[in-house]
Amino acid sequence: MAYINEVVIEAGHGAKNYWKDLWKNRELLWILARRDLSVRYKQTAIGAAWAVLRPLATMAVMVFVFEMVGKFEGDAGVPYPLMVLAGITIWTFFANTFTQISHSILLNSNLVTKTYFPRLIMPLSSVLVGFIDFAVSLGLYFIIALWKNHLPGLEIIFLPLFVLLALLTSLSFGLFFSVLNVRFRDIAQLIPFLVQIGFYACPIAYSASLVEASQDAWWYDLYYLNPMVSIINGFKWSLLGDGSFFKVSSLYSTVGVISVMLLISVYYFRKEENSFVDYI
Amino acid sequence: MQVIVAEDISKKYIIDHQKAMRKSSTLRDTFSEKFKHFFGKGEQDEVEKEEFWALRDVNFTVEQGDRVGIIGHNGAGKSTLLKILSKITEPTGGKVTIKGRVASLLEVGTGFHPELTGRENIFLNGAILGMKRQEIKSAFESIVEFAGVEKFLDTPVKRYSSGMYVRLGFAISAHLSPEILIIDEVLAVGDADFQKKCLGKMRDVSESGRTILFVSHNLAAVQSLCNRAFYFEHGRLKMQGDTTHVVNNYLSHVAKTNLEHFWETPEEAPGSDEVRFRTVRIDPEYQGGKHYIDVTTPVRVHIEFWNMAERADLNLSLHLYAFTGECIFNVGTTSQSFEKGLVAATLEIPGNFLNDGSYVISIMVVKDTSTVLFQLPDALAFEVEDHREGVTWYGKWPGYVRPQLNFQISQSEVLV
Repeated sequence: MAYINEVVIEAGHGAKNYWKDLWKNRELLWILARRDLSVRYKQTAIGAAWAVLRPLATMAVMVFVFEMVGKFEGDAGVPYPLMVLAGITIWTFFANTFTQISHSILLNSNLVTKTYFPRLIMPLSSVLVGFIDFAVSLGLYFIIALWKNHLPGLEIIFLPLFVLLALLTSLSFGLFFSVLNVRFRDIAQLIPFLVQIGFYACPIAYSASLVEASQDAWWYDLYYLNPMVSIINGFKWSLLGDGSFFKVSSLYSTVGVISVMLLISVYYFRKEENSFVDYI
Repeated sequence: MQVIVAEDISKKYIIDHQKAMRKSSTLRDTFSEKFKHFFGKGEQDEVEKEEFWALRDVNFTVEQGDRVGIIGHNGAGKSTLLKILSKITEPTGGKVTIKGRVASLLEVGTGFHPELTGRENIFLNGAILGMKRQEIKSAFESIVEFAGVEKFLDTPVKRYSSGMYVRLGFAISAHLSPEILIIDEVLAVGDADFQKKCLGKMRDVSESGRTILFVSHNLAAVQSLCNRAFYFEHGRLKMQGDTTHVVNNYLSHVAKTNLEHFWETPEEAPGSDEVRFRTVRIDPEYQGGKHYIDVTTPVRVHIEFWNMAERADLNLSLHLYAFTGECIFNVGTTSQSFEKGLVAATLEIPGNFLNDGSYVISIMVVKDTSTVLFQLPDALAFEVEDHREGVTWYGKWPGYVRPQLNFQISQSEVLV
């Protein structure tokens, strides 16, 4: 034998080559993501068209309720429907990815109980699935922006940054909940509720400039502690241009919250992953 | 070279008695427990948690090229051991050092998705078992052929018959090329033909110098395939060594038998006013150093009873039942006239007669060949273990009896 890889199995001794293992298993990451995607539209009549239809329908409802009935307006020079669509696009990315990550261990429980691979593969493949869905929605946004004749300007070069931040937010919170979910099925009940609250707590159907009127209110800082607020504002800004409200300084707290949460979650996940099978 | 070294490995589970029916606890339970604990209550009033050691201080080494059979009752810790060696769960204490690439096959077709086609599932399952895409591609043809699913490659596996499903699952894992192969009870599924294929493949693997750990309840397969065996009981490694030795020891410990009853005086014995049993006993004629009954072992049944009446015409009738309840045979003695006192009878059941399985004997005392004076149901119980020679097939031998009859075969004509 040319080389012998030696593995030591011990209590509380996560594999020494964990990150190397993770890299070696990257094909599995792809394959699990492909499985989730190709399974989703099996036995549906219109197939992948659902990926386009769902965000479109949500936007239509939002525009009807907030623009036509509620008479909401976007920032000056920004078409309201486009603002809503941009908000929904990034929010849906976060919300779906976060939800899928939270359920990723449970949904793959047949794998967890019967085989070993770095468990981080499962949440990471959920990220991949969420990202692919997001790419479809973003494409849809550009088509509508073209039709509305409001294509993005130079600010678009910052778009990947906000996408990355949204991805990291969903990963950092999702990982934490995925571990909790293994032991406490309450989490599965809690998640849709959290996502629903988040939808209103984030500037999706309204512009965050409305919030600026309440700078002295006690909840103003709390509002910005939610990392998705500045990510959504930034995302809208990069697509809609300078007219869209965005407070750059709010990114500091966002990056801070994400970093701390990510560290905690990865640590917690690594600590618990070897005992998933005992509780699942 | 020692490829697996296990030192004092233990695995503890906490059994939750009160909430045994619930799969996992809820947040509320945890909070309320913490709360109670905080206020110093809860410990005395409800003892709900019990420690359970699935494995306790297990030590062993496995040499390269060893084929180790792991045997023991359900719940003895065999599967827990495999899960620890496969890194699926971690031990509570102790340490295992493994040298070489491990593939574990705890289930056939792990991760198969029912909606995906056979082709897609080959890649999915292969990747889950740790194969590279390139490896799967090059083995693809051979996997499909081994499983015999060419025509259904693009059909979702939910439309497969269970046989096809299992064959495809095994075919993929058979093409893994690990240095150490861990297998849990794969032979429990599939038909005889498939089992033969599996064993053949496992023999190929072992002949190529790789190490195999094999959990099975099929002792005949373990004996044929493995050169060493581990015998687990209640989470401890009770015995290890040469397969035949360990298997014999296991069988003589675990057979669920009830080979003898003896009553000192008629007062305590079962029976009626007319008859009381004194002894019912099975005497196996163990051969070849075995201490268990297998299909070749002749067995004698001894019966002794008190005739309490002054004079009676009596005979015995014995029923032998299979575990499933069917009566295999009923034999009776001739009727004779007996004085008050002890009466003894012996029945010989030859070797090479009963098939492997569990059997129950019931005995009746009959008066004047017509009236049942007393019946002792379930008087004795014994198990007949399997024994094979000169065959390479290890499926369950069909039938209740396995007689050795004169069955000749010869070439009657040669075609030129």
